Amino acid sequence: MEPIISVKNVSKKFGDFTAVDGVSFDVMPGEIFAFLGPNGAGKSTTIKMLTTLLKPTGGELRLAGHDVTKEQDATRKVFGIVFQDASLDDELTAFENMQLHAVLYGVYRKEVNPRIEELLKLVDLWERRKAIVKTFSGGMKRRLEIARGLLHHPKVMFLDEPTLGLDAQTRNLMWNYIKELNQKEQTTIFFTTHYLGEAEAVAQRIAMIDHGKIVASGTTEELKQQTGTANLEDAYLKLTGTQVRDETLDSTAGNRERFRSMMKNKQR
Amino acid sequence: MSVIYILWLRQIKRFSRSGIRIVMGFVQPLVYMLALGYGLNSVFQSSGKGSYIQFIVPGIIVQTIMFSSMFWGANIIWDKQFGFLKETLVAPVSRMKIMFGSVLGGATISLIQGITLFIVAIILGFRPYNWTYIPLTIVFMGMLSLAIISFSAGIGAVVNDMQAFVAVNNFLLIPLFFLSSALFPLDSVPTAMKIIAYVNPISYAVDAIRMTLIHQSHFGLLTDFTVLLGTLVALMSFGSYRFRQIQV
Repeated sequence: MEPIISVKNVSKKFGDFTAVDGVSFDVMPGEIFAFLGPNGAGKSTTIKMLTTLLKPTGGELRLAGHDVTKEQDATRKVFGIVFQDASLDDELTAFENMQLHAVLYGVYRKEVNPRIEELLKLVDLWERRKAIVKTFSGGMKRRLEIARGLLHHPKVMFLDEPTLGLDAQTRNLMWNYIKELNQKEQTTIFFTTHYLGEAEAVAQRIAMIDHGKIVASGTTEELKQQTGTANLEDAYLKLTGTQVRDETLDSTAGNRERFRSMMKNKQR
Repeated sequence: MSVIYILWLRQIKRFSRSGIRIVMGFVQPLVYMLALGYGLNSVFQSSGKGSYIQFIVPGIIVQTIMFSSMFWGANIIWDKQFGFLKETLVAPVSRMKIMFGSVLGGATISLIQGITLFIVAIILGFRPYNWTYIPLTIVFMGMLSLAIISFSAGIGAVVNDMQAFVAVNNFLLIPLFFLSSALFPLDSVPTAMKIIAYVNPISYAVDAIRMTLIHQSHFGLLTDFTVLLGTLVALMSFGSYRFRQIQV
């Protein structure tokens, strides 16, 4: 079987800072795949490259058979994404946010309303469809974002720290939706998280990244065996060390690049 | 439903839900119109140039459109900060369509505000020279607002924080408005100011709207139209180029 996500020797440099350094991994169709690593390790940068938001400095990324860098539009049709931070229009209602997404993705017109109803019911927001998103709690917004990401039947769903800041109840509920979805629609799930228990419970395969490089990959069992540890958290700490990382390395690197290109434009 | 239409509709919905934006959009120009119009009317009239209120209404309509259009770029900064921009940037649609739909929405809002002010002016006693020219007035209003919104979108794409955006706007907006022909006739000002007004595209927008409303023109309608069209094309290219460069 062809892998649905294929990353080969991919690098991303911001000026002289290397955020991702020769990363390679494959994800098979229908798999639930966890991408773990400390803050600033290169997780979000990798997701941004896979979702066409950033161009890699080197290497090849393929998604459902499309070259991500060269066939941007074809790639954009096959994935859904829940970003690390919010990406809803706060001034619109839940239903309007869904509708806008359906139009952006060219969902077949007759299918739009039933699909929105089905998904909003799945995430328990159907009753609140006419409420302005501004009035929603963090957990409700997350659920809406997941429903929205699924609207156009994506083959791959990217979830960048989807459970960040949610209570245990909502987290539990959310993973149940995601697992159900993975089984019902055969959607490949690619997610990042800092809750290692979550990864251990949900993920079929795991890759760990640190300082821009893949340090280990395999099933939870394999990782535990490799490191001679009892659970994923210990394996993780053994592989990535116990040192605390610079929280905002990812974003400051991005800003640095932006600033530099701005200065260059000014000098011209 | 097309992508352009839904993004246009998004702007309209956001605007119609924000009461404060609707009110503020024309309170400031209204104050200008009342204070300057009535305050300077007798001075203006005694120098033999007719009614100042008649003269100033076109200028104040331009001001309404300029200010609301210029600050429209703040929407792009909000969309960056609240993350909605990412949602549109990973969607399988061209950035040109995203920008065009949003800009059209913004221009519609500016036009509504400009026309509202025009109606208020009529209630206060303003009389256009010939009612059949009004559609032409609206065309010029539309061109002006599209041009400035495109520019503002370009600035919003480059700048990342709101304070800087407001500072840039005030720095550009105030001189452009006051050094145009919006508040005074160009034939009676010192040469230096005249030169500045001649290179300021806002003067041509004011002139075109003044011609179609009260039949007074300094440059002639064809020159006005040509300059405005050129400005529109240049600023739209700038805006869409900058918008395509956005990285999140």
